[in-house]
Amino acid sequence: MSISIDQGKCIGCGRCHDVCPGTLIKINEGKKAFIKYPKDCWGCTSCIKECPVHAIRFFLGEDIGGKGCKVHTEKVKGQKNDIVRWIFELNDGSVKTINIDPKESNKY
Amino acid sequence: MKIERLKTDLLIIGGGTAGCYAAITAASNADGVQDAAENKGACLKILVVEKANIKRSGCLAAGVNALNAYITEGRTPRDYVEYAKKDADGIVREDLLYSISEKFNEVTAHLEKLGLVILKDKDGKYVTRGNRNIKINGENIKPILAAAVAKAPNVQVLNHVNIFDFSVHDNRIDGAFGFGIENDTFYAIEACAVIVATGGAAGLYRPNNPGFSRHKMWYPPFNTGAGYAMGIRHGAEMTTFEMRFIALRCKDTIAPTGTLAQGVGAKQVNALGEVYETKYGISTSERVYGTVAENLEGRGPCYLRTVGITPEQEESLLKAYLNMAPSQTIRWIENGTPSKANVEIEGTEPYIVGGHTASGYWVDTKRATTIEGLYAAGDVAGGAPQKYVTGALAEGEIAAKSAVEFIQNKVAADTTIKEEEVTEHVAEIEKFLNNKSGKDTAESLEETMQTAMDAFAGGIKTGYRYSENQLAIARKEIEKIEARTDSLRAADLQEVMYIYELKERLTVCKSVIAHLAARHETRWHGFAENLDYPEKDNINFRKYVNSRLENGQIKIILRELTAEGQRNYEHQH
Repeated sequence: MSISIDQGKCIGCGRCHDVCPGTLIKINEGKKAFIKYPKDCWGCTSCIKECPVHAIRFFLGEDIGGKGCKVHTEKVKGQKNDIVRWIFELNDGSVKTINIDPKESNKY
Repeated sequence: MKIERLKTDLLIIGGGTAGCYAAITAASNADGVQDAAENKGACLKILVVEKANIKRSGCLAAGVNALNAYITEGRTPRDYVEYAKKDADGIVREDLLYSISEKFNEVTAHLEKLGLVILKDKDGKYVTRGNRNIKINGENIKPILAAAVAKAPNVQVLNHVNIFDFSVHDNRIDGAFGFGIENDTFYAIEACAVIVATGGAAGLYRPNNPGFSRHKMWYPPFNTGAGYAMGIRHGAEMTTFEMRFIALRCKDTIAPTGTLAQGVGAKQVNALGEVYETKYGISTSERVYGTVAENLEGRGPCYLRTVGITPEQEESLLKAYLNMAPSQTIRWIENGTPSKANVEIEGTEPYIVGGHTASGYWVDTKRATTIEGLYAAGDVAGGAPQKYVTGALAEGEIAAKSAVEFIQNKVAADTTIKEEEVTEHVAEIEKFLNNKSGKDTAESLEETMQTAMDAFAGGIKTGYRYSENQLAIARKEIEKIEARTDSLRAADLQEVMYIYELKERLTVCKSVIAHLAARHETRWHGFAENLDYPEKDNINFRKYVNSRLENGQIKIILRELTAEGQRNYEHQH
């Protein structure tokens, strides 16, 4: 389980690098972020929530049954406040989304 | 490497839940200090040093979806103390549990004021989950705390600085040593008082998935037991390291099970569909024990029975896990949702963590450790299991108030960090950076350590069982690995950090082994099975097993339990 960073999209702002609780993401000479220690990712998704251009995808490793689904979040305008939209790009090309209102508590 | 000397009044090591709250509390108490301590100049200066970034560091990086320690209507702090005491089969410090239980609701109200979303009913009351829990949206709990720290007056935060040693003279702490992972700088920080809030220790034992997903573990893999190790080496007394925490988790994703068990009432069932939890008991350790036992007896795998939950429950679960452990939601989306298939469960590798069990610094009621001027809060502090998020906040508050009082009453430490102490620490770091030979790596030695702990000190492999003979082998193996750490090499300061983290884990491993060997009984089935002493021994071991490093040897100290209802404990210096 780890992340991948699309260097084509990355704008080198460094926010993912700043926030990673393991300091696992570095910025290369071309001012692009890359994950230097992919096996050391905890899967907290902090970087994904920080990225302003949605360049980072989170996935489950094959060793724990991952099947290639790539996940990221985007902020979208809700009726009263911003909503966090989780976007799941599945291996078969289909896409699923789950919207979470940060102002709403978990029910369970 | 640049060398920077800093001076502060209060140094807080670790900006997780407890550390952030300690900073907020100390800042709001700082004005009083300025008034009381006449002619002492400016306000109390507070410095938080964090090896990552306080916005998302520590246990709550991904979030948390309930506050599990809250005094619900009709209950009292005494009820909570009794619950925690029963769950740990008596080995707790009642004074510590009391002092946090009395603060659970107050810190919760403060968190809500800071912006945490808590579920309320139509009358505006918090909605409870079970007897002690309330429901929240805690995805952003760390950013909320970090924002409050940023607003607090007189608080400076140093992110990406790893503290690797305390400065202690004559059992009085006067600062700490660290290095900036990203800025090639060595820090010597002098302080009047220090709060250690570095969390517990993960990565001592071989994890559930040692390959690509080795860090997909319950506890943050970046919590290496640094605070324990620094204290142990400077002779601080530690308690109950033998009460390891083994989490019952969703298989593979190692995501929490409480939301399924308590939230939608999912029972633990074996492969035959039988509910087995009632057979073994429902304490935290017994839930693990039953799962291990059912597997050993051929009735595994075990599951949480979620088949048949309603579509509304399912939708809510998918969201709840996104707010704390997103891997599980991905798993469900890729492999089928919980209403269609039960969720397989397993025990994790053992962790040392004072927020769930009682392992950590031996502190007094004020959270003073046995090193003068050093206070402990959160997972690094022992004696008070089941403290969870609100307990960590409460301990941060208590430790901060005690440290501020200490600073108020004491003139700055007489001792300072001497130049040769700085040189010595810098030389050690540079030795690793300059070393160009040597085939060992911190990574390879970490794996060797985890394999030894797994096989000989009661890891997953043995179903958490161990014997004295095995522990003796574990001790020798750990010592052998430790001897090899001096010849490690590092390309940069991040790799230097990995070397120190390995050393920290090895120090903690030695204490865990010594504690496991000292408790001649089996008290917490599931967390530890002592094969030489498979029964509980209330005559000789209704005691705290404590330890202290003396002349390089771990000395075990058996201490009597504090009295029933005792509200205050002081160190006997």
